[in-house]
Amino acid sequence: MEALSPTMEEGRLVKWTKHEGDAVKSGDTLAEVETDKAVMELVARADGQLLKVMVPEGTTVPVGNIVAWIGKPGEKVDGAGSQESGAGAPKPAVAAAAPAAKAPAPAPAPAPVPVAAVSDATRVKASPLAKRIAKEAGVDLKLVQGSGPGGRVIKRDVEGAPAPSPAAPVAAPAPRPTPDARRTGVPYEDVPLTQIRKTIAKRLAASIGPIPHFFLTTEIDMERAAEAREALNKQLGEAGGKISFNDIIIKAVALALVQHRACNAWFQEDHIRYWNEVHIGMAVAIEDGLITPVIRNADLKNLREIGAESRELAGRARTRRLKPEEYTGATFSVSNLGMFDIDQFTAVINPPEAGIVAIGSIVPKPVPEGGGDRLVVRRRLRVTMSCDHRVIDGATGAAFLRTLKQMLENPLAMLL
Amino acid sequence: MLRPYPNEPGSFVANQFDVIVLGGGPAGYVCAIRCAQLGLTTAVVEQDKLGGVCVNIGCIPTKALLHSAYIAGLLKESKDFGVDASGVKTDYGIAMKRSRRVSDQNSKGVEFLMKKHKITVVKGTGVLQPGRKVKVGSDVHEAKKAVVIATGSRVKGIPQIGLEINKTTVISSDEALVMERVPESLAIIGAGAVGMEFADIFNAFGVKVTVIEALPRILPLEDAESSDTLNKSYRKRGIEVIAGAKVTKANVGKDKVTLDVETAGEKKQVAAAAVLMAAGRAVNTENIGLKECGIQLTDRGFIKVDKNLQTSTPGYYAIGDVAGPPMLAHKGSREGVIVAEIVAGQKPHPIKYDNVPSVTYCHPEVASIGLTEDQCKEKKLDYVAGKFPFSANGRARGTGETDGFVKILRDKKYGEILGAHIVGAHASEMIHELAVARENEYTVEEVDLAIHAHPTMSEAIGEAALDSLGRVLNI
Repeated sequence: MEALSPTMEEGRLVKWTKHEGDAVKSGDTLAEVETDKAVMELVARADGQLLKVMVPEGTTVPVGNIVAWIGKPGEKVDGAGSQESGAGAPKPAVAAAAPAAKAPAPAPAPAPVPVAAVSDATRVKASPLAKRIAKEAGVDLKLVQGSGPGGRVIKRDVEGAPAPSPAAPVAAPAPRPTPDARRTGVPYEDVPLTQIRKTIAKRLAASIGPIPHFFLTTEIDMERAAEAREALNKQLGEAGGKISFNDIIIKAVALALVQHRACNAWFQEDHIRYWNEVHIGMAVAIEDGLITPVIRNADLKNLREIGAESRELAGRARTRRLKPEEYTGATFSVSNLGMFDIDQFTAVINPPEAGIVAIGSIVPKPVPEGGGDRLVVRRRLRVTMSCDHRVIDGATGAAFLRTLKQMLENPLAMLL
Repeated sequence: MLRPYPNEPGSFVANQFDVIVLGGGPAGYVCAIRCAQLGLTTAVVEQDKLGGVCVNIGCIPTKALLHSAYIAGLLKESKDFGVDASGVKTDYGIAMKRSRRVSDQNSKGVEFLMKKHKITVVKGTGVLQPGRKVKVGSDVHEAKKAVVIATGSRVKGIPQIGLEINKTTVISSDEALVMERVPESLAIIGAGAVGMEFADIFNAFGVKVTVIEALPRILPLEDAESSDTLNKSYRKRGIEVIAGAKVTKANVGKDKVTLDVETAGEKKQVAAAAVLMAAGRAVNTENIGLKECGIQLTDRGFIKVDKNLQTSTPGYYAIGDVAGPPMLAHKGSREGVIVAEIVAGQKPHPIKYDNVPSVTYCHPEVASIGLTEDQCKEKKLDYVAGKFPFSANGRARGTGETDGFVKILRDKKYGEILGAHIVGAHASEMIHELAVARENEYTVEEVDLAIHAHPTMSEAIGEAALDSLGRVLNI
């Protein structure tokens, strides 16, 4: 079992796409594997025939265990029943993280090659310092390419390695038990934690605990944004690619962040990284969890681009086909529960980001007008910003929120 | 075999090599040996003796003289050890001649190494030409793969304040290393490694020495505690040290120099029979054809190189002092090895420039690697300093060399050895345990886990590591 994401410790073999006896080429998809983040493809790392499948579908396998053998047709799999590679057994095959230079030669493998590679038992060559840093930072050394003597992992390599990727803000549907588990006489149902649920639990506990959160709420008049949206969609007409409120909000948040760099930052223990680029994480509820795909450089994209990209990312998030680089690296996040008729809520910060805005529903409300002598009905939106007080102070967050409010209340301001 | 060179009528290519190294100092000759080991035909162009400044007028002869100084110091104190050596006389001329023999042996050793590796040594001054060619006299040599510039550096005076080296009253290490008799008194300008080593030597040979340093403390690049410890030791021996001092004017007479020195607003006059200039070195980049080959310099006058030590003109590399600081022989040698391997198509591990040990061979010796405590503070690193004095070390007490300490700066979070500083006898030898540790990214725990023999000075390293963890045993 290859580690298919930076934080993956085990994977559930969802489906074999190749079967015993099939010819396989290096790079062919062998199986679909559910990781802590997504369903991903497990690919062959050698040419030959799929001799033996070691793991039935639906089984959860720790990273490093052998899931199948590839070899020459007719070849017997030595020690097939055991995870140990005995004296006669072939060496473990190449891992995803193994240097390309060491990739197997194109010639058919002379002996069966286990489709595994990285095993927890495999000794990782790493300096004592790199090991300590990796341990603290949660970096899996097996996934890091070493640049030291003999491919040894050194400090530099670990520092450049991706940290465990953030999952997402709270404020999303909780994992549901089987919907039809009504009163069957059983008082409760134990649902094992899925890979993604485990990650959410770990990540969010690491957020609300140590991060000093505070919350700022403002109510925004969306009348003009709604008019603008209607006009734009009318113009787009049948060409498709309609613009949603969410797209407008993401764009406004990104532009407001450009003006308030202090909020577009990562808390990094001994320093704060203020981002110049704006990458907006967009919390997407998916079956059994949530994930935050990232719209990169959202400040530079137009509404149609943001709309198309967010729909595409959300679609793939729901079918759990996001690549790790598509859900990591956000500089600020947006969580929208408007579609669930939630007026207002607070979202949990997705570390190392320093802030997230929680978007409620747009609801018509009576609002005093003309100095308060009459009431008019306007479409209003409540936005709550969660701030990491280690990075953002009250006034800093408030200033950002005011800019966001101005942009949404007067969408033309976004052109400034 | 001579053959006409098509592009330049009238000029002949005397010889072709894979690599031509300009300069036979510690960077150049090591580069040549490594090239030869890798099967490249190699030539070294040297205008003087092989081995460069290091072997002939630098590292090696000064170490010979410092040992003479050490013996003189030892004998002064020997009565207490049950050895009465009263009436000991010193003679600088004899010590100097011995140091010359040591240098000559080393230079001959380099000559032998060149022969052993079938490296052609071209005597003369080389000038670079475009097309990877080096002109020596009327001969033009051509390098098929690379030309390596390793022309080194030289002592520089400060003519702006009237201190131009005249080789009699204003001298450099070049003259100090060949003088027959010592002057009665000597002012040394610059308290870096060179200045401090000569202060040690001349003090041992009975010269009244005054060291003048512009920066606020002696050995300004070392840890402040190392500077302080050495300062005390020097003062105890009667060497005057004036730090944070500016020489505003120099009056150079026939057999006397008077210096106007300003320190902390105070004005002072220092008179000495001679002045030794030990404030910095100038790189040898003039008249070697750099401009003609399009090779650029940095703002500070070093040859500009990329991470592969290649200059702005492909096919020309620079190593050693000309390629930038630190201007140390061992750094140059390693660059020589790296360039040889790159030219041979290998991918050598790059130098960690923050892991080049720095050593001053005065008594007590000062050695260091990595960051100083002040640098840790400037970088706002979260560190712990572990320290162990030699006064608490059994071996040091036995030999009566209790001056100094070992200090290890440990990163609080991961235990990384951010820097290490040793002042004491044999510090120059002991620092390498920490160089190996840092190069391999051992943390202080690994240093402690390595068992240190008892009784040794090196035990102080293990103890300093423990001290940084709050677990020091013998203090």
